[in-house]
Amino acid sequence: MSVFVWIETFEGRALSSSWEALGAARIIAEAQATDIVALVFGENAQSIAKATGQYGAARAIVCDSEVLRQYRLESYAALLGDLVAKHRPSAVVAVASNRGRELLASAAVDSGSGLISDVIDLRLEEGRIIGVRPTYAGKVLMEMTANTATTFVTIRGRAFAPAATTAGAAPELEEAKTVDVADAIATEIESFASELGTVSLTDAAIIVSGGRGMANNPKSPPDGISGDEAKIWKAKDGYENTLRPLADALGAAVGASRAAVDAGYIAYDHQVGQTGKVVNPDLYIACGISGAIQHQAGMRGSKIIVAINKDAEAPIFKLARYGIVGDLYDVVPALTAALRQVLTN
Amino acid sequence: MHVVTFTRSTPDTAAKVWVDSEGKVTWGNLATVVNPWDEYSLEETIVQAKNGAGDSTVIAIGPELHNDALKHSMAMGVKNALRVEEAGADMNDSLVWSALAAGAIRKIGAVDLVIFGKESVDVATDQHTYQLARRLGWTMLSYVSTILEADYEAGAIRVEKMLEQGKQVVSAKLPAVISVMKGINEPRYPNFLGIRKAAKATIPVWNAADLGIEAPEAATSVIGYTNPPAREVSTEIIEAGDLETKARTLVERLFEEKVL
Ligand SMILES: Cc1cc2nc3c(=O)[nH]c(=O)nc-3n(C[C@H](O)[C@H](O)[C@H](O)COP(=O)(O)OP(=O)(O)OC[C@H]3O[C@@H](n4cnc5c(N)ncnc54)[C@H](O)[C@@H]3O)c2cc1C
Ligand SMILES: Nc1ncnc2c1ncn2[C@@H]1O[C@H](COP(=O)(O)O)[C@@H](O)[C@H]1O
Repeated sequence: MSVFVWIETFEGRALSSSWEALGAARIIAEAQATDIVALVFGENAQSIAKATGQYGAARAIVCDSEVLRQYRLESYAALLGDLVAKHRPSAVVAVASNRGRELLASAAVDSGSGLISDVIDLRLEEGRIIGVRPTYAGKVLMEMTANTATTFVTIRGRAFAPAATTAGAAPELEEAKTVDVADAIATEIESFASELGTVSLTDAAIIVSGGRGMANNPKSPPDGISGDEAKIWKAKDGYENTLRPLADALGAAVGASRAAVDAGYIAYDHQVGQTGKVVNPDLYIACGISGAIQHQAGMRGSKIIVAINKDAEAPIFKLARYGIVGDLYDVVPALTAALRQVLTN
Repeated sequence: MHVVTFTRSTPDTAAKVWVDSEGKVTWGNLATVVNPWDEYSLEETIVQAKNGAGDSTVIAIGPELHNDALKHSMAMGVKNALRVEEAGADMNDSLVWSALAAGAIRKIGAVDLVIFGKESVDVATDQHTYQLARRLGWTMLSYVSTILEADYEAGAIRVEKMLEQGKQVVSAKLPAVISVMKGINEPRYPNFLGIRKAAKATIPVWNAADLGIEAPEAATSVIGYTNPPAREVSTEIIEAGDLETKARTLVERLFEEKVL
């Protein structure tokens, strides 16, 4: 018996959210008096596996073969399913990222195991793993347990503290053989457009978000642009030249409301909310966002919320710890300047 | 050629939802809506069925509540609807759900493509999709933002899909299960004729025996529901001084809160 943790990697590096999965796994492993086993597949598996030791993994199972170089659901799920069948872990833990969700859901089918997804809290009762997960856009919490020998758990990003580092400890390494699924690989990955370098919303400790108010940029668009086009131009300019500098000063990701996305001010990838991304940063700064219930559904879990809005009655202020009533095109540059001053001193 | 999609009825996203004194989730007497993420999968189902000159079917698994979502789907233009309900089956368990869903797909027979929305806004597990694909042994393409090509004669599909780290172009053989994102299309509104037609339709209900399967044991159990603790915030509106002073005060506060 052991607790498995899938270490998600990208282009040969571990995603730091995987340390949170090791942190969550520790809750289970300590209660069950068992070890944590890190599973590292793909490019650089060996060296990534070594690093998992300092985050609490006692052992690591690695597999770095040609077919696993690039993440593919079929080959990864076949290997994970095989390892679960061989080692019968009490739990399999991963972050509820796009890949973590599909991988664990698929492998859970192979062994007929119970899956509790998007968990924000874990506890054990009489050896049983109980996961707490938000439902109905966080309006209700649900507690679930598995009835099977292995419990599959995906955890929400930033809900669990990363496992504390212990210098020097290297896990015992074991090499796994790939499971041949050549026939099953019906997919061909043709190209990949990476957006590395920008901070991802779901991992961000700080998020600066802009809403429909971004269109009220006092700057004039170039000649010949009018109507909705002018609004789009103004909002885009605002994200680039007003919001982005604040985000850069803070090392923050840029978010948006659905109204801003639907109006074409910014790409959908940035949408926070019920039909966008659910985020829970330490700091969420909402600029020109009214705070509709569907937007709240995506950011209510933020530790500190700051609202900048020219309407003192905007619902976002009810959620905010700090607020400044004013035009975001005045307040945001002033905030950026104040920050830069403090940070350079 | 046949495209199948799954949907469910969910409370309106603006509805107040809470746990009542009996520990049950309720949203009062408010009507439900079609799961908002499914508006995109329903639209895509209609479009793909038309492109492939084929048939389209929408399935809900669970109680009669979901008929509303099925009628909405038909009113939009999905040709057939059916519901799968197995008395006593624990529909909170995704393995039970996917066993019934896979049974329905097999009973329908020659299905080329199954399209899902990204997730349910209510239970929000984002796992049903993958477990159905796995049970069927079909290729799974998640978070599809565009279908670049779909050749139903040749049995091939090419899509663009979203990852946290960027976008990927992937080609695969059919049959496949895909989940689609907001932005893949502009969902249509049901028109008057569609609504009338859907209102008159009777929706067949299949149980596990009709599918020729046994509903499996649930692999998970719900222990209970709770109302989350209220978010205790006292809002401080920073008002004193000119703009620079306000900005400086805010920065100081954020340092005190240790979020910077
Ligand atoms: C099924 C469904 C799902 C949805 N999902 C989402 C979702 O995922 N995410 C989401 O965000 N919404 C979602 N919505 C939409 C939501 O209901 C709101 O329409 C949306 O959040 C409003 O966006 P907003 O706050 O930017 O715009 P508005 O509500 O128009 O607010 C704009 C705000 O900006 C302020 N403002 C304007 N100019 C300035 C300025 N110069 N300086 C400072 N402040 C200014 C105004 O006072 C106002 O408060 C969903 C709706 C439905 C029905
Ligand atoms: N009971 C159900 N019947 C039909 N479709 C469903 C049901 N539950 C979830 N789905 C669909 O499965 C997809 C993923 O949802 P979920 O895994 O519940 O987040 C969404 O498109 C839902 O509409």
